[in-house]
Amino acid sequence: MDTPNLPGNAEGFDVAVIGAGVVGCALARAFTLAGARVVVLEKAADVLDGASKGNSAILHTGFDAPEGSVELACIREGYALYHQIRDRLGLPLIRAGAMVLAWSEAEVAELPALMAQAVANGVTDVQAVTAAEALRLEPQLSAKVMGGFRVPGEHLIDPWSAAHGYLLQALENGATLMRQAEVLTGRRSQGVWHLATTAGAVQAGLVINAAGLWGDEVDRRVTGESWFTIKPRKGQFVVYDKTAASLLGHILLPVPTKTTKGIVVCRTAYGNLLVGPTAEEQDDREHATLDQPTLQALMQRGQDILPALAGHEVTAAYAGLRPATEEKEYRIRTDLAEDYICVGGIRSTGLSAALGIAAHVLRLAERSYPPLENPVWPQMPSLTGEAPRDWQTPGHGGILCHCELVTRREVEAALTGPMAAGSMGGLKRRTRVTMGRCQGFYCSAELARITEGRLAQPMLGGGDGAD
Amino acid sequence: MAQTDVIVIGAGPAGLSAATALARLGVAVTVLDREAVAGGIPRHCNHPPYGLREFRRLMRGPAYAQRLVAEAKAAGVTIRTQTTVTFLHPGGRIDVTSPEGVETLAARAVLLATGVRETSRAARLIGGEKPGGVMSTGALQGIVHLNGQRPFQRPVILGTELVAFSALLTCRHAGIKPVAMIEPARRITARSPAIWLARLMGVPVLLEATVDAIHGRTRVEGVQIDRRGTLQDMATDGVIVSGGFRPEATLLRLSHLEVDPGSGGPVIDLWGRLSDPAYFAAGNLLRGVETAGWCWAEGRRVARAIHAALLGQLPAPEVARLRLGSDAVRLALPQVLPIDRPKPSPADSGAADGLQLRLNRPAKGRLRLMQDGVCLMDRRIDSLPERRITLPLPALRSASDVTLTLEER
Ligand SMILES: Cc1cc2nc3c(=O)[nH]c(=O)nc-3n(C[C@H](O)[C@H](O)[C@H](O)COP(=O)(O)OP(=O)(O)OC[C@H]3O[C@@H](n4cnc5c(N)ncnc54)[C@H](O)[C@@H]3O)c2cc1C
Ligand SMILES: Cc1cc2nc3c(=O)[nH]c(=O)nc-3n(C[C@H](O)[C@H](O)[C@H](O)COP(=O)(O)OP(=O)(O)OC[C@H]3O[C@@H](n4cnc5c(N)ncnc54)[C@H](O)[C@@H]3O)c2cc1C
Repeated sequence: MDTPNLPGNAEGFDVAVIGAGVVGCALARAFTLAGARVVVLEKAADVLDGASKGNSAILHTGFDAPEGSVELACIREGYALYHQIRDRLGLPLIRAGAMVLAWSEAEVAELPALMAQAVANGVTDVQAVTAAEALRLEPQLSAKVMGGFRVPGEHLIDPWSAAHGYLLQALENGATLMRQAEVLTGRRSQGVWHLATTAGAVQAGLVINAAGLWGDEVDRRVTGESWFTIKPRKGQFVVYDKTAASLLGHILLPVPTKTTKGIVVCRTAYGNLLVGPTAEEQDDREHATLDQPTLQALMQRGQDILPALAGHEVTAAYAGLRPATEEKEYRIRTDLAEDYICVGGIRSTGLSAALGIAAHVLRLAERSYPPLENPVWPQMPSLTGEAPRDWQTPGHGGILCHCELVTRREVEAALTGPMAAGSMGGLKRRTRVTMGRCQGFYCSAELARITEGRLAQPMLGGGDGAD
Repeated sequence: MAQTDVIVIGAGPAGLSAATALARLGVAVTVLDREAVAGGIPRHCNHPPYGLREFRRLMRGPAYAQRLVAEAKAAGVTIRTQTTVTFLHPGGRIDVTSPEGVETLAARAVLLATGVRETSRAARLIGGEKPGGVMSTGALQGIVHLNGQRPFQRPVILGTELVAFSALLTCRHAGIKPVAMIEPARRITARSPAIWLARLMGVPVLLEATVDAIHGRTRVEGVQIDRRGTLQDMATDGVIVSGGFRPEATLLRLSHLEVDPGSGGPVIDLWGRLSDPAYFAAGNLLRGVETAGWCWAEGRRVARAIHAALLGQLPAPEVARLRLGSDAVRLALPQVLPIDRPKPSPADSGAADGLQLRLNRPAKGRLRLMQDGVCLMDRRIDSLPERRITLPLPALRSASDVTLTLEER
């Protein structure tokens, strides 16, 4: 569907970004604002269809990231950049603050070291809390809590509008998006990359691999080899109805283990409450399946922490895959002689770090482009209620999705423009239609009618994808 | 908006019948509905039986819905569609949004008649992937009857409540051939004649079976079925997740009004009055699914109670609470009972004349209503979830709790 009139194609683009996950979107923005002519190549029918489809949506401070890592530096910079740009793009920030809670003596014993690590990582505002203080801050918490500490800077964001906002800003400043454009092979001759994609040939000066769960595979396809292996790690979640959100203020984190940050209980930017993710190693990078015993265990875990959750309904369940590798570090490598940069293994913090990763990679690329005059700053639609929602302003054409109060005008807007939704999953991520408690009982018919013939991957013929 | 005495939220059978009855009593009524067309669920149930109790005719849903709307309009009811109620304030003030934007409306009494929705796949914790082609009966009927589209060819139907057979009829109408109906219990939930419809259409009904997982990345490709512990894959291109009705009660739960954890709907008294006496409720919102005729009659009755309330003739709210003493019982209505039967008064005709019960699981045994250690009523039951069970109203002697117990055999 995006058969672009490729602006740079005569002589090629300056930069080709492979993959439109949150990292690719941030990279496209950074290079476009630096003046480069950028093309984003995405194999799916819409953007954010890989690892970035389902995560916990926490903007991390980096308090528990490995000391001295590139990951930590990127999270810190990404965190600061998000705060800097979010107003101008209309992106939300729910200043929830986190509490790391200990539920056993053994966990209590680990708290001081975790707090010391936070301070060493530059997150100096952590504060110890006793069990009584934790209960005062969060009255619905189980009385079994034994203590913990607060990390006031951990916040909640909208994982999709953030990435969409980065990409839209790139597109509105001249970048090109090609969807259903899977990169098959790469060949470099006379300083120019020739990429073969399922949507045709693309030429570029610099190639950046941001293929997430397929980072190693794209490495091989383009350069003939890869220096790391993706080891997908699945995370399942359950989401509770909006009635549960008032049970909680903070993001509740467990004491982390060696392999995972553990199961979080927190609100979402959309006013729901989620419990998850699990951390399950698997070889399959395509399928993130749900299983009932795990979902039941998550509900149980949620109720152990917040007993009142028992009286609330689960309205959604989803799973995401983290692009983890054999190492606990991002796998970013530049090969400047070959004009190739691999941004791989952005495992479990990529949402927070994306803007930082993009700034880091831009510096690593060591090139300059003619500066972009007066960049455009698009405003993302408000889906979180932080700013007035569309249904609160006249002329919205009526509510289409009743559970999430999505208007006809919002759906129409998401089906048009330079980043028009390409799949039902993409439409959901842009507007939240059918993401609510009725899961389409009321609005499916209307949506099927409105989207008929307008999605690259049709609603009734094609995938429902993520929610 | 013109001055109105009563606002009704929801233009389904319950809301429309209440509004019509009130208008005929000379009350100024406005009905609000979030859909573009009034009529509620029957609008997309393009099959009989509707209308027997109300109009003594066998009708299909859409014709029935049109008739209800026409009657309301003829009685002088104002109907505003595309008007979504977003918040309920104490005392009968409500926030709404419509294409014109947001407003706050007020009335002397507000009737909630927002109906139900089916339990989604997510709420049932069905595993597997999340492809397109998984939908509720309501969604299927909208797509088939309102749009004339066909979302799949050979779906499985989860559940055997009446609504699952409604899904069968919709499939037949659209030329869709379901591969199976799947039911976790040992018997189908709907009354037995319904099974003949499945037989007639050649659709096997698998009892004691559950769907554990759905396969397919973009479209449904199959399901994994667990039949008494044996796993089996079945090829299919769609999943109809039917029944498991839940009151559409989020408005209520986000408000100051008291909610019954068992029914998921409001706590009501004998007159359908809520914990804030400016609010009343009727229809499916109270319990899960009933027939349209039942909801219609309930709306008419609560209209009389509202009329009495406007005249200041409704008795003060009573205090005896009906509690559930068995985990097999999901709900019992009304939850607030009068200590003494009211003397004959205009309000009397607006009072419920019995208790309504629903089970969580198949159960049989002795139901008892206990108060102060005394058995007020004793009744044998042998029933299934989602079947209507009614009991006469007990005569209470005090305001202490009444407990419903079930001694199972
Ligand atoms: C369960 C879970 C919870 C998480 N929680 C958080 C959190 O709270 N906070 C946080 O900061 N991070 C979190 N993360 C991490 C974050 O989601 C990831 O780090 C981030 O999404 C990775 O983005 P990406 O752009 O690198 O990869 P992806 O999103 O996978 O993007 C890669 C893209 O490349 C495309 N692609 C692949 N191959 C090709 C090809 N050959 N040609 C063209 N395109 C191709 C894919 O289709 C995909 O769209 C979580 C992750 C998971 C799974
Ligand atoms: C698939 C199916 C098949 C059925 N088949 C039959 C049958 O053959 N015969 C039969 O007798 N019964 C049948 N029924 C049952 C019958 O249709 C329902 O019991 C009846 O419609 C319930 O009436 P109601 O007024 O309580 O609610 P509904 O009909 O559900 O109406 C509720 C109304 O409230 C509106 N609403 C909800 N929230 C808001 C809000 N916040 N703001 C504004 N408006 C709101 C909705 O838009 C809706 O129009 C069937 C039900 C289903 C689901």
